[in-house]
Amino acid sequence: MPARSPARRVGSAIVHRATIVAFVAFAVFPFYWMVITTFKQNADLYVGATNVKHNPFIFNRPPTMEHLATLFGQTLYPTWLFNTLFVGVLVVLVTLVLAVPAGYSLARLTGRWGERLSIAIFLTYLVPPTLLFIPFSRLVSLLGLQNSLGSLILVYPTFTVPFCTWLLMGFFKSLPREVEESAMVDGCSRVGAIWRMVLPLSVPGLLTVVIFALTLVIQEFVYSLTFISSVERMTVSVGVPVALVRGDVYYWGSLMAACLITSIPIAVLYNFFLDRFIAGFTVGAIK
Amino acid sequence: MLAPAVLYISLLVAVPFLLALFLSLTNSSAGSLQFSFVGLQNFKNVVASAVFRRALRNTFVFTFVSQLLVMVLGNILARALMRDFFGKAIARFLILMPWAAPISLATLGWLWIFDSTFSVINWVLKVVGWLGPGQWYYWLGDTTLGMVAIITIHVWRMLPFSTVILLAGLTSIPNEVREAAAIDGAGMWARIFQVEIPMMRPILTVAVLFGVVFTFTDMSVVYLLTRGGPYNSTHVLASLAFQDGVLGGDVGRGASVAIFLVPVLLILAIFMLRTSRRAEVV
Repeated sequence: MPARSPARRVGSAIVHRATIVAFVAFAVFPFYWMVITTFKQNADLYVGATNVKHNPFIFNRPPTMEHLATLFGQTLYPTWLFNTLFVGVLVVLVTLVLAVPAGYSLARLTGRWGERLSIAIFLTYLVPPTLLFIPFSRLVSLLGLQNSLGSLILVYPTFTVPFCTWLLMGFFKSLPREVEESAMVDGCSRVGAIWRMVLPLSVPGLLTVVIFALTLVIQEFVYSLTFISSVERMTVSVGVPVALVRGDVYYWGSLMAACLITSIPIAVLYNFFLDRFIAGFTVGAIK
Repeated sequence: MLAPAVLYISLLVAVPFLLALFLSLTNSSAGSLQFSFVGLQNFKNVVASAVFRRALRNTFVFTFVSQLLVMVLGNILARALMRDFFGKAIARFLILMPWAAPISLATLGWLWIFDSTFSVINWVLKVVGWLGPGQWYYWLGDTTLGMVAIITIHVWRMLPFSTVILLAGLTSIPNEVREAAAIDGAGMWARIFQVEIPMMRPILTVAVLFGVVFTFTDMSVVYLLTRGGPYNSTHVLASLAFQDGVLGGDVGRGASVAIFLVPVLLILAIFMLRTSRRAEVV
């Protein structure tokens, strides 16, 4: 590459830094706003943006824990968290039971049919909840599951299974066939070989699937909004926007606290598993 | 061992899908199990409604504008993240946050940012003098501003997703290719537009397709931010289907509104298949 003058190098470094800072600011601003809203006193929050002298970006009065205390002491937020985790754990179990065998078979199935089936399963991930929520609400009430967490446990695997099968397929493909073949030569059945040899080697892949299934459950909004009507049975993603607003009054301090506390752990988890997640989306498009 | 997953998916994706088609041809309503066939009447009513036509247009406008912005910004950001710099890991984590946060809760954060009385954006605009005395932006009470707000959230949420995918594509281009281009006298722009972008075509397609699917079919942003208002002017297909089919109880009509998502999804699926075939997927 041609040598560049020092002045140009410094200039390009400044532009680069400014670009990064601008994008980070755009990405983070709503979260910064959640943090500052969570800890501000009401007298500091509800001043009105017409008052140019009141800088809303900083604490004009000492921070307070009041909104957090309200959220955990006087709202159903803890119940919603529990509901979400309850649904999440069961959906993860269902997903593993369905996706592990499917992913393994697709990885070992060669020929056109294996290829077609795996693409078909992946394409079902593109079928959005907003297309299916109306017929599902019918099916759910036919099964007597309306307004129960059971409806979510039944329906959520429709989006976790396709994506997780696809992720696991990629993972199992990276394990050589010899792993289970050698165990089978030693007298294991195929299921035994998978259980004793393949799964222990796949712990990172399984962990990725668990994390993604769980985060997809926490993020889901449409089905939960449609099926669940009792406030005490809601999940976090619906309870907070629908039931934490009392009448027309928004308690922004507690609302933003709930958004923040729910979002941060998911963001941290996502960050750990990001590379595997991208691999799942881009299989084939990169070589 | 494939059977359980295939059975589950066909029962819980294919059956509801067929049921959606079926319901759209009936006059069934939420309260009762009785219904009769009305043929294409729902579709005729829907197409004749100005609110629906507006929602259809909005869906395309939101998707197109936000994805265009995401592609331009995502390419810039991915290139910036290619370089090493101090604090890169933290920057990557922070940039990723909008994609990881549950969309309903993130939208709630934006709802507070766009609040009619306390909007911090208005405060800044006042301070810098953009908004004079007596001037005010009612972000969610005005059609144009509401649309700007909705697009902002979609861009904010999809940008991290596209950026990480594009970054994966950029890093997969071998350095020798860049060096060869430089030796052949290609400048930065020629390198980007004539070498890198053509090489990244499959991955660009993947990023766009997923971005379009997620934006086109989303209802949480509109539902929580504007409720389709003011005067049903910011609805999208998904939020209108919810309003008609669930809140309004007219299941047949809601189902027929949602069916309008299908043609676009089909086209996207075909594109996806062709891309994967060209890239010799699996």
